[in-house]
Amino acid sequence: MSIFADRNTRLVVQGITGREGSFHARQMLEYGTALVSGVTPGKGGQTFEGKVPVFNTVAEAVKATGANASVIYVPPMGAAAAIIEAADAGIPLVVCITEGIPVLHMSRTMPFVRANGLRLIGPNCPGLITPGAKAKIGIIPGNICSPGRVGLVSRSGTLTYEVVNHLTRNGIGQSTCVGIGGDPIIGTNFIDCLAAFQADPETDAIVMIGEIGGTDEQNAAAFVMEKVTKPVVGFIAGQTAPKGRRMGHAGAIISGSSGTAEEKLAAFEAAGIGIMKRPLDVIELLKGKGIKGVKSKA
Amino acid sequence: MNLHEYQARTLLKTVGIPMFDGDVASTPTEAESIARRIGGTVVIKAQVHSGGRGKAGGVKLARNPAEAADEAAQILGMQIKGLTVHKVLVVPAAEIATESYVGLIMDRETQRPVFMVSSAGGVDIEEVAAKTPEKIVRLPVDPTYGLFPHQALKLAFVLYRDFAQVKAAAKIMEQLYQAFIANGASLAEINPLVTTPDGKVLALDAKIVIDDNELYWRPDLGVLRDDSAEEPSEAAARRANLSFIKLDGNVGCVVNGAGLAMATMDLVKYYGGDPANFLDIGGSSSPEKVINALKIITADPHVKAILFNIFGGITRTDDVANGIVAATRQFKVSVPIVIRLTGTNEAEAFRILNGVGMTALSDMDEAVQRVVKLAQEGA
Repeated sequence: MSIFADRNTRLVVQGITGREGSFHARQMLEYGTALVSGVTPGKGGQTFEGKVPVFNTVAEAVKATGANASVIYVPPMGAAAAIIEAADAGIPLVVCITEGIPVLHMSRTMPFVRANGLRLIGPNCPGLITPGAKAKIGIIPGNICSPGRVGLVSRSGTLTYEVVNHLTRNGIGQSTCVGIGGDPIIGTNFIDCLAAFQADPETDAIVMIGEIGGTDEQNAAAFVMEKVTKPVVGFIAGQTAPKGRRMGHAGAIISGSSGTAEEKLAAFEAAGIGIMKRPLDVIELLKGKGIKGVKSKA
Repeated sequence: MNLHEYQARTLLKTVGIPMFDGDVASTPTEAESIARRIGGTVVIKAQVHSGGRGKAGGVKLARNPAEAADEAAQILGMQIKGLTVHKVLVVPAAEIATESYVGLIMDRETQRPVFMVSSAGGVDIEEVAAKTPEKIVRLPVDPTYGLFPHQALKLAFVLYRDFAQVKAAAKIMEQLYQAFIANGASLAEINPLVTTPDGKVLALDAKIVIDDNELYWRPDLGVLRDDSAEEPSEAAARRANLSFIKLDGNVGCVVNGAGLAMATMDLVKYYGGDPANFLDIGGSSSPEKVINALKIITADPHVKAILFNIFGGITRTDDVANGIVAATRQFKVSVPIVIRLTGTNEAEAFRILNGVGMTALSDMDEAVQRVVKLAQEGA
């Protein structure tokens, strides 16, 4: 078990013939992901890497290959439309990697996503990976991950890799790693992932990597206090960030006095979340909560 | 992207929001002729991206055109919070009966544009929000449908009793929403929305922030960017497609990924150093990007040591290594560089660096401790 992606995942790649899409589709195939089809309008009938059929629409790909998850590598201006297409085709899990989608596009897209009841992860995220099921949806490097029982959720990309790398090197495997994205409007938030990890019998502890901006981490901390019985450790990036400046991620901005690292860390502390002062601290904190460097049999 | 007040006024005027007469001037002579056209006492307002313009002496009254020229001459070229004033807005010093606040922001939690209105206007709305949140009425708008007429009326009734004023304000709400959507704004604000003694409703001051992600496909908005209102190194970084923010410390940081870049700054601080910047070279880092990044960082005389922190995923660490080698051949870097590389193609990257007598580390904590020490020795 794991969250969101598992052995039953059958993936379609939207934008599979593009530069980013084709590169990462190859990586996902190499990792062992069940990548069953691709979509690029106008390129239907082609075959990717000699084995993956390409379709003009997501609906065709679903019908022909039974895809039940989609990953989007479409450029920013068409990415929201790609999310809507996947939702309309009945795909229950959509992961949008694209960075740079106008926030208004996402604001208009979210009501449609909710009405169709699908899980959207991202946009502007590295996707997710379930090492035990060889299911990689997105761009998280497979070689730094290892199967195990710690769940990880993060707003970041490379910072996630840094932490996952520490875990793997110390023999602490992961059930699922999810990057939820650095944009102000995203489909899946910390609480969604915490709830899923709490319910997952194969996850023993949770690592949360947040950053400045917004109130998602504060809300998540309140949720941990009420609903999460598994140990949680957390990090907040941007403790030295100036106010009012967008720190790379569109969502990483302290507006006025809200969304600061101090505020989020205080919420973590109040919820009993183990606070990582630096990425490396994840190991000692997890050990302190009884998570030893033992790889799972998965 | 922040717009100047005079630019925001233009966008609001385009959708028909009533405003006092006024125009922007770059010279005292221009200010004088605008003041003459308006007639009577005018206000001269510095156009900079900074709050507290009034306190800094950037907002002045002028009773006649000659005074307008004098005041404009004082304000033009003035420094407000490190930013030079290049333009002033000249508007009439109108008599005002009431002041309110009307704002529209893209709200993360509801994932919708949210109106905020308050009859406590003309002041710092954040302060109102923090101290007396009950004085602000909030209304999320579903962007699928837009602002309904009854919603606009509801907001207007928060501000006024007189029905003529209510109708005028409701129309302004609809127009503000229209301007917000048409310009891909993340914030559009009228502060204050005023009534005159004869009962008219007008926008006195305007603020608009455009979502940076709109600029890729909206060149008409991109031209509104004022490069001179930015830190020069930040403008240069933006042109080189680098995400860069200048800070006050002495440890230059070159990192791939925004989250790791923030965490790197934090770790520099953790080990007793002070970061000179935030810099994300992005996912697919060509050697060109590394060269540009080094140029921008070494231009800052406060930088005493530079740290590369690269976790190769999509980023190939050999690309970064090649960039570092190419940059140090192109120009002399007079401060020490500490390189941390790990991930995709790291063996090749180490080989490239060793080939020119440079070394690299694979551990982030070790690299940060080393660069902090070097910066302290160089300071």
